[in-house]
Amino acid sequence: MAELLGKLTAAMGTYGPAVLFYGVAGLVLASAAYAVVAKKIDHSAFSLMACFTGVAALYAMLGSDFLAVTQVIVYVGGIMILIVFGVLLTDRLPVEYRQISRETVVQGLAVAVPVMAALVWAAAGTSWPVVAEAAAAAAPPAAGGTDPGTTAAIGKLLLTDYLFPFEFASVLLLVALVGAARMARGGAK
Amino acid sequence: MTPLLAALPPVTVQHYLLLSGLLFAVGLVGVLFRRNIIIVLMCLELMLSAANLAFVAFSRVHGNLQGQVMVFFSIAVAAAEAAVALSIIIALYRARGGVDVEDAAEMKG
Repeated sequence: MAELLGKLTAAMGTYGPAVLFYGVAGLVLASAAYAVVAKKIDHSAFSLMACFTGVAALYAMLGSDFLAVTQVIVYVGGIMILIVFGVLLTDRLPVEYRQISRETVVQGLAVAVPVMAALVWAAAGTSWPVVAEAAAAAAPPAAGGTDPGTTAAIGKLLLTDYLFPFEFASVLLLVALVGAARMARGGAK
Repeated sequence: MTPLLAALPPVTVQHYLLLSGLLFAVGLVGVLFRRNIIIVLMCLELMLSAANLAFVAFSRVHGNLQGQVMVFFSIAVAAAEAAVALSIIIALYRARGGVDVEDAAEMKG
């Protein structure tokens, strides 16, 4: 038993990243696909929540801890909650599911399949540089030392090189929130 | 179990880009096929997320943080977009009593 466990741990050490990637990628794709085909809109919403959480995990695997946390807070905790409220406010029960016409299917596939083919061809057919990956593998962070993460560096970038876009984004968010509240309240013209 | 795992190719940036492209295509299918505007909005967010994933993958390859900063702004814009889109959807629901794409077809040629 202990021997088997040791073998398993060793295998996970070598292949762990790959297994983790394929597992999470499968989860992300499956939940995205279910969100697209689900007949009930709340199933779609919760499936998409799982998908966004998986994307956050992928960010973490790519070494961007700050974005992984941001993704969970903004997408899973913010946008999806907003969408669920939208569903609750607009859904009529029982949910009717209109059959998609053959015409829509043909036209939709005529657009979606070439786009997918182009993206897959571009991703698979190009030899991407692997400089940084190789460098990171060659010089792993010192054992016992704490990984500084990306948060501090991104914070510095946001308040130096990207100060104007940062402030502009805050104004954009303010305008969007005020406008959204005004529009959703409706009524008094 | 180990020989099976050894058959797995090592994960490179290519895998992340492939995943990003597939996610984008899944979102596009949702945008084109579904009739409920809220689902269309969710699929739009999915497509944005797919693009963000490609940004982060490139940021990793090039070893700088600019791609991640870009994704940060993209997430901020996505949040603003979701808020505005949902208020439009709620206004549409009030005016038309439904949130299907056919409910907003006045401008259709």
